[in-house]
Amino acid sequence: MKRDIILAGVGGQGILSIASVIGVAAVNLGLYLKQAEVHGMSQRGGDVQSHLRLSDKEIFSDLIPFGKADMIISVEPMESLRYLPYLSPDGWIITNTKPFINITNYPPVEDVMNELNSQSHTITIDADAIAKESGSLRSANMVILGASSPFLDIEYGKLEEAIKFIFARKGESVVNVNLKAMKAGRDIAEKHNK
Amino acid sequence: MQKLVLLGDEAIAQAAIDAGISGIYAYPGTPSTEITEYVQHSKEAKQKGIRSSWSANEKTAMESALGMSYAGKRSMVCMKHVGLNVAADPFVNSAITGANGGMIVVAADDPSMHSSQNEQDSRFFGKFAMIPVLEPVNQQEAYDMVHYGFEISEKYKIPVMLRITTRLAHSRAGVSTKDKRQQNEVSLPKNLTQFVLLPAIARRQYKDLLKNQENFTKESETSGFNKFIDGKDRKLGIIASGLGFNYLMENYPDRVCPNPVLKISQYPLPFDMIKKIAEECEELLLLEEGAPLIEEMLKGFLGNNLKIKGRLDGTVPRDGELNPNIVAKALGMTDIHGKDVPAMVTPRPPSLCAGCPHIDSYLDLKAVLAEYTPGRVFADIGCYTLGALPPYNSVNSTVDMGASITMAKGASEAGLKPAVAVIGDSTFTHSGITGLLDCVNDKTPVTIFILDNATTGMTGGQKSSATGRIEDICKGVGVDPEHLHIINPMKRYHEENMKIIQKELSYEGVSVIIPRRECIQTIGKKNKDKSEAEAAK
Repeated sequence: MKRDIILAGVGGQGILSIASVIGVAAVNLGLYLKQAEVHGMSQRGGDVQSHLRLSDKEIFSDLIPFGKADMIISVEPMESLRYLPYLSPDGWIITNTKPFINITNYPPVEDVMNELNSQSHTITIDADAIAKESGSLRSANMVILGASSPFLDIEYGKLEEAIKFIFARKGESVVNVNLKAMKAGRDIAEKHNK
Repeated sequence: MQKLVLLGDEAIAQAAIDAGISGIYAYPGTPSTEITEYVQHSKEAKQKGIRSSWSANEKTAMESALGMSYAGKRSMVCMKHVGLNVAADPFVNSAITGANGGMIVVAADDPSMHSSQNEQDSRFFGKFAMIPVLEPVNQQEAYDMVHYGFEISEKYKIPVMLRITTRLAHSRAGVSTKDKRQQNEVSLPKNLTQFVLLPAIARRQYKDLLKNQENFTKESETSGFNKFIDGKDRKLGIIASGLGFNYLMENYPDRVCPNPVLKISQYPLPFDMIKKIAEECEELLLLEEGAPLIEEMLKGFLGNNLKIKGRLDGTVPRDGELNPNIVAKALGMTDIHGKDVPAMVTPRPPSLCAGCPHIDSYLDLKAVLAEYTPGRVFADIGCYTLGALPPYNSVNSTVDMGASITMAKGASEAGLKPAVAVIGDSTFTHSGITGLLDCVNDKTPVTIFILDNATTGMTGGQKSSATGRIEDICKGVGVDPEHLHIINPMKRYHEENMKIIQKELSYEGVSVIIPRRECIQTIGKKNKDKSEAEAAK
């Protein structure tokens, strides 16, 4: 088993929480894990990415080689396209459609969507809207995680356990909001797959 | 044994706790910050009474760590690569004094300059000081090397450097921990003049250091961190140091390289191991995460007779960090890439946060400076360096911690008036106070902005050394209170602030203006912590 995942977004959008949930689930399953993060200057409203690597064999590089990623999971549409050089020809893009516009020259949103839809394997979701329905706008990242969950080769229950473990100290209601958001994302991906 | 998922930085911190340190000393700096933060947040460290609060700068940190070692206890001092420049004086001299309690210096390098102004390779500093250098390739090795580092530090009475790079510092992996060691008791050096570097003593100590090189090399040959892995294809031998080794192995799906490989993770270089691979192979490929240190040593000035490929002949790019693809190309493999980035994808450079007090400070300053010719603002290291980017375009220099004040001073003395310095509160206490004293002593016409957001912002909001005391420090150094102003960087005070700035720019002496408003990130974090604490109740 091997999953090389690029997580993408803008500083502060919560991609590291997605990484922690998958990471905890993977480690509980006894898989090898490497997860490279971006800290420091680039976090100030800049583009951020994390290389998340899971395998049942020892992993050497902290970075995913170009052209080898199995998935790009993105909480922002344009950011998902930034990492196409990493994606393997049969890799998947799972992305939020809600743009995060903190620059003046953001391309027309329609162009971004057309570009995304022209890729071979893409799932696009308005995660912000679904997160809002689930009770918290801040859990859009968990909606995206849910949408990517069918592709992870990790038992869904293990992801739920990981959310309970990670958010436990923030109280039961935070745990439930995140579980609900992840489930909503998963339902959409499953519908898409049928 | 316990298995934890840790950042490279965190693995180093946990190892230091487990290896029985009594104190960790540091000034925040990417990518080293999380080492000290981990100890600060560790319940175990608290129970064990391990000291861990921030130092004013890397030099004070290094000296305190050396003092703890003098008293017989184990200490760790952490910094980013350029922080080692600040601490270079005590660092190099600590090789001459030697250690008493074990001492590890962690230098976190940033090849490709993700968050830095250069990509200097700290292994050169280790070689310069002639101390053992350990360079882990993964989180587990980082953990293990801290234990080993303290062992040899106490065995040979020498500080040991642990050199890491960004990708290891900020990447997570599973780490198995070792048995915990007790802290040392206070015990002074056997020879109470060991740390007295009077020339006569220093000469003797230096000879000891030179004599010890043989022991350090022997450790490099035998510790197991440097490893020779044989391969059938002797046309090419590969010497891979640090993360270069990982990227090499990544290119072989079954993890078997057909060529002989020498993994280098400990210095001084293991002479016999290098000799063996150089003699056995027709050609050598050097893969180093950082500068071509080993490559230059092997090549020598006249090039030798060895055929060596690496960063110096262009097989590997001369600058920047390595990655699996760069290494694949160097190995002559096909370089696979996914699709190109579509042209519409625009860069999203870091920027000042919405609501950041620095925005208002720059808008105030920019409005007043509009009546002068451009090119007179000397800035410093911190979030406010982003004032160099649009829409502010307000900054003309960023060099090193504290350089804003002293560069403005020199420019003013050259005739550039007004000359303006922009420095943050934490950078000011790190390295700005002495420069201010120079200005006061010379009565140099400079206007110094100390942007006081009550935190060390860029590295994530660590405690700043002198929150609430900046103006007292300025007065103590001798700034005339009439030319010392605290202003509120808010839109509604724009006109008022402009008047103060205008007045001080025309003053023929030292002015200090302190725009004071808390960092928007630390306010947000405090509010979030509060609401989460309430939700958890």
